[in-house]
Amino acid sequence: MSTAHVLLGVLAGGPAHGYDLKREHDARLPGAKPLAYGQVYATLARLERDGQVEVAATEGGSGPERTVYAISEVGEEVLLDWLATPEQPGPYAAEELVRKTVTALRLHRDARPFLAAQRALHLERMRALVAEQRAAPDVEARIALDHTIVHLDADLRWLDDAAARVADEGNALR
Amino acid sequence: MTSTDGSGATALLRAHALHKSFGRTEALRGASVEVAAGEVVALTGPSGSGKSTLLLCLAGVLRPEAGSVAYDGSRLDDLPEATRTRLRRREFGLVLQFGQLVPELSAVQNVMVPLLLERHGRAAARTAALAWLDRLGAAGLADALPGDLSGGESQRVAMARALVTGPSVVFADEPTGSLDRVSGEDVMEVLVSTAQSTGAAVVLVTHDNRVAAYADREVVLRDGAVDDPAVVR
Repeated sequence: MSTAHVLLGVLAGGPAHGYDLKREHDARLPGAKPLAYGQVYATLARLERDGQVEVAATEGGSGPERTVYAISEVGEEVLLDWLATPEQPGPYAAEELVRKTVTALRLHRDARPFLAAQRALHLERMRALVAEQRAAPDVEARIALDHTIVHLDADLRWLDDAAARVADEGNALR
Repeated sequence: MTSTDGSGATALLRAHALHKSFGRTEALRGASVEVAAGEVVALTGPSGSGKSTLLLCLAGVLRPEAGSVAYDGSRLDDLPEATRTRLRRREFGLVLQFGQLVPELSAVQNVMVPLLLERHGRAAARTAALAWLDRLGAAGLADALPGDLSGGESQRVAMARALVTGPSVVFADEPTGSLDRVSGEDVMEVLVSTAQSTGAAVVLVTHDNRVAAYADREVVLRDGAVDDPAVVR
């Protein structure tokens, strides 16, 4: 589960408190389920325990006390590792692909190597499924495989669109 | 020279640093690719990335302005037109998106055409053409005219025509592009399994990931060259 990684990605842009993190997460991933505050604080507590974030400051003021968090060196390593690693293609990988790409772009990192590596891995899985389908003994097995193949195809098309948009952006900046 | 695959010295077909323009449009900008004997390679990439142009250069149909295409160790791009055409007819088969059958000829006559151009006798050509239609599950279509065939049937006839000369490489440009999913799957199944059994390599252009998944290897094109995300452009 990578809510933690997205939060690390936000913190890589500068220290923030829980409320900012929630707002930023929801703004970056408009298609995803909004984060609950409880989830934000539970994730921050876990990241702090694992040494990936540190408390940068505690703000007082008129309202309740607010803790400002910053990413640690360990946290940065974990984040960069996550950004560079393609996901195992599967029914639940799709959202993770979006999280990773959006986080990389927000941090002004080149997302193309990740997108290309991910496409290669997805296509390899597709190749295995198509081979399995060609060898499938009956129509039921083929229909069941169709479902997985079609979803994988949707991911692949999204990866292509994302790569095209990133390339367009690059051309516009050139 | 950088090798674009692991086939190295065994490459049957090798394109290196191809450039090709149409008017002011640069379709290919330094594309390189290698195809090994018997290998199935999918050329993919966005519209306008140069994949069809690369396929037609590899097939000796288009001549690149710069770069080289070698088939079986010999340069293809600087052969005289007539020699290139002869080599293309003998060694290469071509399948396009809409079959491209001659509408006035029956299915079996269409399949006979490449053999007749190679001066085979009519009777022998007809026997070979019928055998190929049979092999591709289209024996019953022999006397039908292209206008009466479905998309999938036309592609079967087109494949028989591409395979009848026993080519070393079959080039297919969006072979399933005009077909529904199940007919497309059928065409790919026939194309890949027949190529495998005859030992022919297949180079196909597609924008369909499921079709690309029939290939042993994918080459992604972007802006007229093989996409290498490690290169900062």
